[in-house]
Amino acid sequence: MLKDDNKILSREVTPSALYFNRRNFIRAGILATSAVATGLVYRKLNPIGTRAGPGVHTKKIADVQKFAVTTTNGDSGFTVNEKETSFENIAHYNNFYEFSTDKEEVAVKAANFKTDGWTISVEGLVNKPRVFALDDVLKIAPPEERIYRMRCVEAWSMVIPWIGFSFSKLLNAVEPLSSAKYVAFQTLLDPARMPGQNSDVLQWPYVESLRMDEAMHPLAILASGIYGGTLPAQDGAPIRLVVPWKYGFKGIKSIVKIKLVADQPRTTWSDYAPREYGFYANVNPHVDHPRWSQATEQRIGEPGRRATLMFNGYEEQVGHLYAGMDLRKNF
Amino acid sequence: MKEGDIRFIKWLVLVNGAVPLALLVWDQAHHRLGANPQNFLILTTGMMALIFLTLTMAVTPVRKVFGLNWVIQLRRMLGLYAFFYACLHFLCFYSLDRAFSLSSTLHEIVVRKYIWFGMTALLVMVPLAITSTNAMIKRLGGKRWRALHRLAYVAAVAGAIHFYMQVKADVRLPLVFIAVLAVLLGYRALNYLRNRKPAPVPAPAK
Repeated sequence: MLKDDNKILSREVTPSALYFNRRNFIRAGILATSAVATGLVYRKLNPIGTRAGPGVHTKKIADVQKFAVTTTNGDSGFTVNEKETSFENIAHYNNFYEFSTDKEEVAVKAANFKTDGWTISVEGLVNKPRVFALDDVLKIAPPEERIYRMRCVEAWSMVIPWIGFSFSKLLNAVEPLSSAKYVAFQTLLDPARMPGQNSDVLQWPYVESLRMDEAMHPLAILASGIYGGTLPAQDGAPIRLVVPWKYGFKGIKSIVKIKLVADQPRTTWSDYAPREYGFYANVNPHVDHPRWSQATEQRIGEPGRRATLMFNGYEEQVGHLYAGMDLRKNF
Repeated sequence: MKEGDIRFIKWLVLVNGAVPLALLVWDQAHHRLGANPQNFLILTTGMMALIFLTLTMAVTPVRKVFGLNWVIQLRRMLGLYAFFYACLHFLCFYSLDRAFSLSSTLHEIVVRKYIWFGMTALLVMVPLAITSTNAMIKRLGGKRWRALHRLAYVAAVAGAIHFYMQVKADVRLPLVFIAVLAVLLGYRALNYLRNRKPAPVPAPAK
């Protein structure tokens, strides 16, 4: 018996080794192929590691007036002495649901957005309602560089060198009536050019609003550029609102209509979730979003967390607008 | 299926489950996690935990529907991967979002409802991971072990709700997870109802 077994074994040794070698080889191949396939699926579903942002073309804006940080005679707040966020990050990390709800996808979807023939209608409770061509709006006041902190309600922040001018200058040009208490803003509604508007994730068009005294504050600007050039589409081209002491969503982008009204208008995010997003949306480290803390923020491009500042660090300039108001109720 | 083949398939799962982590580490080392890498790490590890929980839930239906009995042998590894990524997810939250502050981490855990669900999922997986060894299955006995490991349903459902509640407005992806889980759990519920012994017929009253 033993002898027989040995015979069978000896006959089998060589082919079996070959067989196992070949099988191991195939298995190694399957293992490697499957790992690559998993990697590709991961990349496809989660494409950040390989997605190069599209090139961004901006035109230089001439004769931009710059401000120095000044503490004598009170600080204007027009410039902040903190490291500016890179152009790359400002142009490739955007909340602009009109294009995509994926912040890193907005630049891709907005790459071919055209703003030719853009007009802005300024209407409502004003003496001189007017439909402005974009160029006429830009002629209202010379461009200024405003280096502002930008604090998103999602607890991340940037420092952005905007180019624009105080919104009050446009208001003065149309002569508001004394009955005007609020300014209502509206973004372009055109699902063909803004593909995100084909989904009903928010109610389109996007609308925002400021109280009249907020709108008249010199820190509130109409911006048409960043980093010395025109505004990339993903940042709200051709013209947008920037209100540095409020959460970013108040800074409505790609504006086509501005209407002065007597009663507080509806606004997109507080319509969507009134418990989470208020009309005022002033940056406030003491009033949390129901789902996350607003006490700290992630400064884009920086490790660690920063403490969030009251009114985003503009308390000295804007605190008086809210004197006596309960900021927990009016969040 | 042969023992050697099963061992090989387990290797396949082990290696492929580590691929997302390897790419995360690679991308992070090359500064390719986008503008907000902290957020990306938190989101992706959480997503991986949910994917592996869903795969774990899929094992029994796949086994029964396709008659593939051997897939049951992959369940432990899938479940452990879910736990592993959930732990990473929590560590990322603690280190990157809470900047290693124990007090603010605890505060957030207490006050945020969506974190209650996430913590439930994570904590529920702790005893499951501990009792995942063969020795523990023996010690507990099959019946008790199976009963305990039904907690995996709780983890999966709580994890999906956690994801849904955390999203700002675009809930499409969390809804995909919820839909897949609903199908998988619905299949089990149907099976349970079908296999339940019919209630004994009461003796006719006289």
